[in-house]
Amino acid sequence: MSDTQAIETTGSVSEREISDENHTRAIELEQKVRVLCWVMTGPKYLSSRAQHVRSTWARHCNMVLFMSSEADPDFPTVGLNVTEGRDQLYWKTIRAFQHIHRHHLHQADWFLKADDDTYVVLENLRYLLAKHDRDDPIYFGRRFHPFVRQGYMSGGAGYVLSREAVRRFVEAFQTGRCTHSSPIEDLALGRCMEAVRVKVGDSRDEQKRETFHAFPPEIHVVRKTSPKRSWQLSYDYYPTKEGPECCSDLAISFHYVPPDLMYELEYYTYHLRAYGYKYRFDPELEAIRSASGDT
Amino acid sequence: MAPSSQAWAGARRRFGPALSVLAQRALTNVYASAHQSEAQSLSLHCRLFRCQALPPSLIRSDTDEKRCLNIELRTVYIVGLAEWCVSLKMLSEGTSFVKGMVLGGLFCLVVSLIGNFSLGGQPSVELHLHHHLKAPSKEELQQLPEAHRLELSQKVRVYCAIMVQPKVLLYWATAKDTWSKHCDRAVFYTSESAKALEAVDLQEKDEWAKLRKALQHAHDNAGDLRWFFVARPTTFAIIENLKYLVLNKDPNQPFYIGHALKSGELEYVEFESGIVLSLEALRRLLAIFRDEDKCPERGRAIWKLSEEKQLAICLKYTGVFAENGEDSQGKGLFNSKGANALISESLAHNPPDVIEGCCSDMAITFSGMTPNQMHVMMYGVYRLRPYGHNFHDSLMFRPPEGSDND
Repeated sequence: MSDTQAIETTGSVSEREISDENHTRAIELEQKVRVLCWVMTGPKYLSSRAQHVRSTWARHCNMVLFMSSEADPDFPTVGLNVTEGRDQLYWKTIRAFQHIHRHHLHQADWFLKADDDTYVVLENLRYLLAKHDRDDPIYFGRRFHPFVRQGYMSGGAGYVLSREAVRRFVEAFQTGRCTHSSPIEDLALGRCMEAVRVKVGDSRDEQKRETFHAFPPEIHVVRKTSPKRSWQLSYDYYPTKEGPECCSDLAISFHYVPPDLMYELEYYTYHLRAYGYKYRFDPELEAIRSASGDT
Repeated sequence: MAPSSQAWAGARRRFGPALSVLAQRALTNVYASAHQSEAQSLSLHCRLFRCQALPPSLIRSDTDEKRCLNIELRTVYIVGLAEWCVSLKMLSEGTSFVKGMVLGGLFCLVVSLIGNFSLGGQPSVELHLHHHLKAPSKEELQQLPEAHRLELSQKVRVYCAIMVQPKVLLYWATAKDTWSKHCDRAVFYTSESAKALEAVDLQEKDEWAKLRKALQHAHDNAGDLRWFFVARPTTFAIIENLKYLVLNKDPNQPFYIGHALKSGELEYVEFESGIVLSLEALRRLLAIFRDEDKCPERGRAIWKLSEEKQLAICLKYTGVFAENGEDSQGKGLFNSKGANALISESLAHNPPDVIEGCCSDMAITFSGMTPNQMHVMMYGVYRLRPYGHNFHDSLMFRPPEGSDND
């Protein structure tokens, strides 16, 4: 396989353009919870989509790899032994994880897969993952069902595997425990995860609000239901909420995000704010509350 | 202070008062017979000469100060010569008519030539005094004692007057469900009532008359609120950032702030991106509403000016001028376009940093967004954020009661 074409983004948080703030906690987490992001893309989407991923949220990953059918040393992208096409998505996923397993397994604790039209907030992903062990066989994302008893993760909303989960996935293809059973990437991967006993994690926040989202914010956040969404509602594993309860303050991902919206989300997440505003949701306080409630 | 500022300050101190007096007297002499409004605008210029007398907020840079002084010196020079020209002409007339005309004519020619001559070798400065009102910097706020800062958080309170009509019912509902909840008081003023939504029905179709009535009502019902924000429901406002902008400004001084535009000689605040008025500005405005010549209720008969321009004209008569609201880096805080549109524009120019080329972190208003986009902005501003980035703001604003989307 080709040598590493990863984009190192070390020290990214401290160079961030945000001034006038204390981001020690974010820096701590960045060092403690290392995330390798891999972005599913292709040669014809590099300038129209992938480059905007590279300019926005990918900078917040500890390391990012752009997976394509062709290697491009300038972008850079990793060339996988596949062809382009919707029916090749699972092959791309398998090859991508095999590449990561061979070259980068020990460079990160968690491994995120995203599309080139997914927007991810890495800090909020790390906050979720910090509560778990990377050597635990577990993975997180937007939980869907039926088809897989324990549920499976939406491909577009992005999903993240622990190091142990990646190991089991790749080894399953070596032993034949898992095969290319279907071109539907997220479903097939979910089936394999169940077969090798990788657990499905609950990615909801302390108030049971979803963090990974399979659609852009506008679809989730606006209160009224539109009939178009009924098919989507039936996939959600947890009861779907729309309006303000749809989405955690510490949202992790949105999907079907075109380039303009990517910068807009970056602006909303990291720049635009209400000065002095005391947020209603205090994650640390909520964690203490829910912990004391359990015992 | 930079050396150049010191020089200007010194010059102004030495020559300023004398020049101001001379300029004023000269102007009154020469232009006494001019049309009333012209004289008034000139007297306004006079007021502008007295740069020391302007509130500090209006002098934001070296450039403003230099322009002030330049205008003083240049006008005085011209006017002084003009006086001389006139008096010489009168003298010459005593000896012989023709000689007098020639002499007078020569001198007036000289005067007009000098009029085009710029002082100090600088290019001829257009009489464009664009006022910039900047948000306080972090350092300025940190210098205030903590007790004072907390007091300010509570003291800066905003009355929102939102001008609606049933035609824009969806925007009206969206404003009610989103940003207006962050006003200390939000009152909707409509031209005719709508069953679904509550508003003060002014029963007035004419936009300018409606605005006048709304402002009167706002003033009468403000209680102890001292800042007024006037907007349409197609605008989205972040009131906390507005409070930050006016935090260290005295509402008993006249302030008229927003996205300042120029139309000919008139500088006005664009309605669509929201208008901010201090209590004093509103008081002066309501006083001049009673003057039917200067500030007629049924609009200027010959041409129908927009409400934003009529407002600016009326305010100008009371000595209140439009100021452009900016952050500490000079980026505009009041936007007549939506965040999405501004991002797209920035992206089209392919800059190294799309967001840096777009909008301020402390933006106050956006306009032209769909209701759905406004709901997304509500989520983006008051909720969505990256864990672990904490701000040590000098003020604290609590979330409003009975609201679930912030």
